[in-house]
Amino acid sequence: MTGKLDLDPVIVNQARELARLAGQPVTELARTHTTVSVERAVLRLAGLDGADSDGMPWVNRLTDAIRESVGLEHGVALPAWDAMLAGGYPDLGTLAVDAAAGLVKFRLPAGDDGDAARQAAGRSVKRGISLIDARRAERDRMIAATSSPPMPWIYLIVATGDIYEDIPQAQAAAREGADVIAVIRSTGQSLLDYVPEGATREGYAGTYATQENFRLMRAALDDVSRELGRYIRLTNYASGLCMPEIAALAGLERLDMMLNDCMYGIIFRDINPVRTFIDQRFSRQVHARAGIVINTGEDNYLTTADAVDAAHTVVVSQLLNEYFGREAGLAMGQLGLGHAFEINPEVPDSFLLELAHAQLIRELFPDAPLKYMPPTKHMTGNVFAGYLLDAFFNLAGLMTDQSILLIGMMTEGIHTPFLSDRDLALENVRYVRRAAGQLGASFRPEPDGFVARRARQVLAEAVDLLAAIGSQGLLTAIAEGTFGVTKRPADGGRGLDGVVRRAQAYFNPAAEMLEPAGGSGGLSGSSPRASAAGATR
Amino acid sequence: MSLTGIVRPYGDTTGDGRVQLSFTLPVPFGDETERARAEGAALQLAAKMGLDPAMVVHAKGMGPDFTFFIVYGRVSHVVDLSTVTVAEREFAVLPAAEVNLRIRSVLGRKLVVVGACIGTDAHTVGIDAILNVKGHAGEKGLEYYREIRVVNMGSQVGVVDLVARAEAEHADAVLVSQVVTQRDAHLSNTREMAEAFRRELGPERPLLVAGGPRFDPASARDLGVDKIFGRGTTPREVASYLVHALASAGNTA
Repeated sequence: MTGKLDLDPVIVNQARELARLAGQPVTELARTHTTVSVERAVLRLAGLDGADSDGMPWVNRLTDAIRESVGLEHGVALPAWDAMLAGGYPDLGTLAVDAAAGLVKFRLPAGDDGDAARQAAGRSVKRGISLIDARRAERDRMIAATSSPPMPWIYLIVATGDIYEDIPQAQAAAREGADVIAVIRSTGQSLLDYVPEGATREGYAGTYATQENFRLMRAALDDVSRELGRYIRLTNYASGLCMPEIAALAGLERLDMMLNDCMYGIIFRDINPVRTFIDQRFSRQVHARAGIVINTGEDNYLTTADAVDAAHTVVVSQLLNEYFGREAGLAMGQLGLGHAFEINPEVPDSFLLELAHAQLIRELFPDAPLKYMPPTKHMTGNVFAGYLLDAFFNLAGLMTDQSILLIGMMTEGIHTPFLSDRDLALENVRYVRRAAGQLGASFRPEPDGFVARRARQVLAEAVDLLAAIGSQGLLTAIAEGTFGVTKRPADGGRGLDGVVRRAQAYFNPAAEMLEPAGGSGGLSGSSPRASAAGATR
Repeated sequence: MSLTGIVRPYGDTTGDGRVQLSFTLPVPFGDETERARAEGAALQLAAKMGLDPAMVVHAKGMGPDFTFFIVYGRVSHVVDLSTVTVAEREFAVLPAAEVNLRIRSVLGRKLVVVGACIGTDAHTVGIDAILNVKGHAGEKGLEYYREIRVVNMGSQVGVVDLVARAEAEHADAVLVSQVVTQRDAHLSNTREMAEAFRRELGPERPLLVAGGPRFDPASARDLGVDKIFGRGTTPREVASYLVHALASAGNTA
C-alpha cells in the first residue's frame, strides 16, 4: 500500500531499531529464566489435565512437588519423566497423584537415565505440539469449507459468567453479523496462579477461561459457522499469571485470537514485570505455532491517560509488542496491534486527530491485522450521543482500513449489553459500511495538512520516548512509571516468587520445539506459517 | 429544594406528559400475524406502565425469537415534588480530578494507602478492584489517582506485618478486605487488626477501613474501624470517603 502520510522511512526504521534495543535485554531475561506457569504449560502440552478434589489442577500439584524436591532450575520435564520411568507410572496423572501425596522421590538424573527421561519427555510433549498443528490444519479446513469474512472483522463480546448462557448469546451474535466472538473472563482470573477446571457456570462480570469452556464454545461456533457459511473466530485472554498455560490450552482447543499484551498485566494488574516478560515469550511461541492472532492492549493506555497527550505511548507499546512478537516467531499477520478511539469529543478537531492516529498506525504496520477499540471513556450515559460517537468510530475504522473492529455499545459503562444494544450496534456499523465503505480509497490527507502533520508529530514523540527508554532500559522505564500512571519496579508485584533462573542444563522440550529458527522474527521451519488464522489483508 | 407542586413529563407543551421508552420482548416478529401480536404486546406493556395513549413508532425483529420496540406515549402519572426525598450522604462522591485537588490542598502531599487481605483470606478480588489501576465497574482503582500512593500487600497478610508496614510507609489509611466469613472470621480479623493499630500506634493510627461482601456497613464502631464498605463499592466512593475523612479529621488521623 502506498503511504498517505508521507512518513519518513528513516524515522520509521529508527523507531523499530530503538524498540529492538529496548526489548533485547528483556528477551535475554526470558531466555535465561523460567516460571512456574511455563513449566505447567509443558505438562499441559504433555497431556496432564484435571484437578484434585479441592479444584487445584494436577499440573500445579506436580510442579510444586518437583519444585520443593529438586527445584525448577532444570525444568519439570527431566525430574518428572525420570520419576515416571523409575516408578513405572503409566502416565503423568498417576504420577501427579502420588507426588501430591509426597510419595515420589524426584532427582536430577544423569547419564543414560537422563537421556531416557529427556527422550520420553520429548515424545510426550511432541504429541501436544502435533495436536496444536492438527488444530491449525483443522482451522484451515473449516475456513475452506465455509469462508473467511472480509475485513474489517466485526468483533463482539459475550460475558454472562455462565458458559451455557454464553453459547446461545454467541451464536445469536454470529447470526446478527459478528465475525469474532470474545468471551470476557471472570474478574480477577488474571491474578489466579492456576487455571480452573471444567465447564463453569459462575463468574463475576465474565466467564472463567478453562479448557472445557474453550472446547464447548469452539464446538458451538463451529456449528454456527457451518450454518452461516462463514468461519466465526473465537477469542479469549492469554494474560495474567497463567498466560503460558492458557496459550497452550487455546492452541489445543483451536481458539483463533488471544488477548496477549507485553505490558498490560504489569501496568494494570501489578503482575511482576520479569514474570510477565518470561511468560509472554513462551505464550507467544505457542501462539505462533498455533496460528493464533494475538490482540495487544494499547487501548488501555488511553483509558487512564489523555488520548491526545498519550497517543505516542500507544505507538511505542505497539513497536515493543511488534518486536517481542516477531522475536517469539509470530508472523506480521498474527500481530493484532491494538489502539482506540478515545479522544474527548469536546476537543476541537477530535475526529481529525483520531484519523491521524489510526492512519499512522495503519501505515506503520501495513501487514498487521490492527484491532481498533471503540470509545469507552467518553461514553457518558447519554446513549443517543454515544450512538453517534460509535458511528464516528466506525467511520474512522473504515476510512483508515482497520482490520478488526470491536463494536461499541451505546450503553457502554451502564450495564452489560442488552440484546437490543448489540443489535443497534450492528445496525450502526452496517449503515456506515454500506454508506462509506469505499471512502478509505478516496481519503487522501493533504500532505501538509492537519492530519498528516499530527501523524508525523506523534511518530516523532514516539521516537523520543523510545530513545529515552533505550538509555535507561525497559525495566527501569516501567519502574519509573513511563507507561500508565503507576510505577512498577522489577522486584515488585505478583508472581515474582514463581520466577526461576535456568541452570546450565535446563531442559524444556516444548521450548526447544517452539524456539524460532534463526532468531529475531525468524520462521520456524517445521510449522506452516502461511495462514495465521487466515489473517490475510 | 423549595420546589413544590405537581408536574408531568414535558414533550413540547406544558403538561402533555409525553415520554419515550424502548424495550425488547421475547416474541417473534415474522409474518403479519406475529407482527400484529408483537405490537399489541408492546402496547399492553406500555398501558400497564401508565402510557395512554401509546404508539409503537418502531418495531424490529431480532433473530427468530425477539422484537425490539420504541414507544412514545402520554404518561398518566404525575410527580408530586413535595414528596421527593433526597438521600443524604455523609460524603460527596467526587470525580478523580477533584479528589486529587482536595488531597493537594488538605495534605499538601500524596495520600498514602496501605491495602491487604488479612488473616488466612486469599481472596484479593475485592481489594484489587479498589486498588489496581484496572479498577472496577468502569472506574479506575486508587492507583490511578495521581495524589494517592498505594501499597498493596496482597493476601494472607499478618496483622503485625500490616501495622509495621503502615507505620513504615506513614500510611494515612489502611484498607483491609475480607471475603471469607467462616466462623465470622471477617469480624474477628477486623477487630484484631483495629486493636493492634490502637495498641501500637494509639492516636497516631491511620484511618482504618474494612470492606467485603458480608460486612454490615453500620458495624464500623463495633469493629473498631472508621468505615465499612459493603458489596458493590467502587474505587471512587472509597477515594471520596478518604479525602472527606482526612479533611474533617484535620490532621489527627
